[in-house]
Amino acid sequence: MTAPADGAAIRTNGLTRTFGRFTAVDHITFDVRPGEVFGFLGANGAGKTTAIRMLTGLLTPSSGEAWVAGHDVYRESEAIKRDIGYMSQRFSLYDDLTVRENIQLYGGIYDLSRDQIRDRTERILSRLGLSHTAHDAVGALPLGWKQKLAFSVALLHEPRIVFLDEPTSGVDPITRRQFWELIYEAAHAGTTVLVTTHYMDEAEYCDRISIMVSGRIAAIGSPSELKRDSEASSIDEVFVRLVRPELAGRGGSAA
Amino acid sequence: MTAPPPAARSAEPPVVIDDVVKHYGEVAAVDHVTIEVRQGELFGFIGPDGAGKTTLFRILTTLLLPDAGSARVLGLDVVSGIWSLRRQIGYMPGRFSLYPDLSVRENLDFFASVFGTTIAREYDQIAPIYSQLEPFNDRRAAALSGGMKQKLALCCALVHRPRILFLDEPTTGVDAVSRREFWELLARMRTSGLTIVVSTPYMDEANRCDRVALMQSGRILATDAPAAVAASFDRTLLAVRSGDRYRTLLALRGYPHTHLVYPFGDALHLADDRVGVDAAHAATDAAAFLRDKGFADARVEATPPTIEDVFIARMSVVEPTEAAA
Repeated sequence: MTAPADGAAIRTNGLTRTFGRFTAVDHITFDVRPGEVFGFLGANGAGKTTAIRMLTGLLTPSSGEAWVAGHDVYRESEAIKRDIGYMSQRFSLYDDLTVRENIQLYGGIYDLSRDQIRDRTERILSRLGLSHTAHDAVGALPLGWKQKLAFSVALLHEPRIVFLDEPTSGVDPITRRQFWELIYEAAHAGTTVLVTTHYMDEAEYCDRISIMVSGRIAAIGSPSELKRDSEASSIDEVFVRLVRPELAGRGGSAA
Repeated sequence: MTAPPPAARSAEPPVVIDDVVKHYGEVAAVDHVTIEVRQGELFGFIGPDGAGKTTLFRILTTLLLPDAGSARVLGLDVVSGIWSLRRQIGYMPGRFSLYPDLSVRENLDFFASVFGTTIAREYDQIAPIYSQLEPFNDRRAAALSGGMKQKLALCCALVHRPRILFLDEPTTGVDAVSRREFWELLARMRTSGLTIVVSTPYMDEANRCDRVALMQSGRILATDAPAAVAASFDRTLLAVRSGDRYRTLLALRGYPHTHLVYPFGDALHLADDRVGVDAAHAATDAAAFLRDKGFADARVEATPPTIEDVFIARMSVVEPTEAAA
């Protein structure tokens, strides 16, 4: 297989990563289409993080193939890093720098011009309603604002694909939804979004999702397809049936 | 006959929080909270990061002093009764707090010895959970999976037979399956009569509790049984489904009867601003509006409110600027 000619944002073919005798990612094959919001789900330890590290050029695969934004993950990891954005709950912004300084710092890292940095800084501040706190340290912002700012900064260099690793963990229900509106906005503007989450209702917000179990992709499709195929009423139920079939149908759908 | 110990005032609920306030600088982390937890209850504090759940738990477990107000646990004041109280409560902090370089067995041995007991003596108390960990007795705690770490932490919090258990966000960052297992474990423990106070940011876990308090910005938005909290939603709630969810959402922002509209699972939830409007009537109006705007495939139907809908509605009243953004 060669680089995707049809413009797939992400394409993997038998992508595999082992650590010693342990196979963390076991021959995964899937495509993500341009402008798609793709939910990348799985239990803790299912291999999501390892897969994302390979797709973001941070970890060399053991075998298989993958292209991200048309670049080969083995030979073109630097080109991948220029064409993608990344944010996670754990690390995103510098708490001791102000809102404006954080934006400028990342603008510099991505080699944007002075004019570009100025224009995009103003655009972000006004879109997020943060103009009045532009000179406050990021550490003083409420978590929800921090996460919205981190997302905007991940899009600063206008990447083709953005990877979001549990971006809404711990965020209140209103801010979580405001965050998803930012995701929809980016997707409508043509950015491809790959997102992980433990909130099963957020899985329903994705165009398509995959569910990883023990290093493999156990299911992939639109939320309604997956629910129909496993005759489940929610993605939570689909998830439980795939990951721990013996638990399914017990204790309701509360958790 | 000897006098009963001070902790044995059986008429008093195991947790009585009376107008407790705690500030960090300018920020009121806990802002005049008053709540009682009843004997044998599985009680949940539901709210996002920064709501004040951890601060409140630290006050109740004698680790932090309140600025104002008072709190009693097991009939003892959390300030003056600190030493007696510490022997009678179990606490599982939000951050993994065991010794990563000690094995499963060594961690549990340590916590038992701190309370002057042994694993053998308390075995029946911890057996339902510990039996799942025993195969990994010699594994370092750091090398356990997320779900196993939780179970070990729970064992360590239970090993001295506490009369009440405080679990601060035991399911945060844990996948949906392990969360479900953990709640089943709590439901089983509850049947022994142990009072369990738990906090979580996941709204859908509220239904697992006997009663819940919704918490945001240091304040309590509601306290009741989960079904009663959900039923307190005072608007007509509609579920809207269409092919292009994002554009439908934007369109509904301009609908004259929109009180609140937001994504919810596979639909949009629309709260009608006409108090007491008939649900079928409201659904017909919204569907007609969407048809006019070109959303021919939009389906609108009444839907029962959930805890999360109530949380969103109450938050919107408390913090109108944030909600309107």
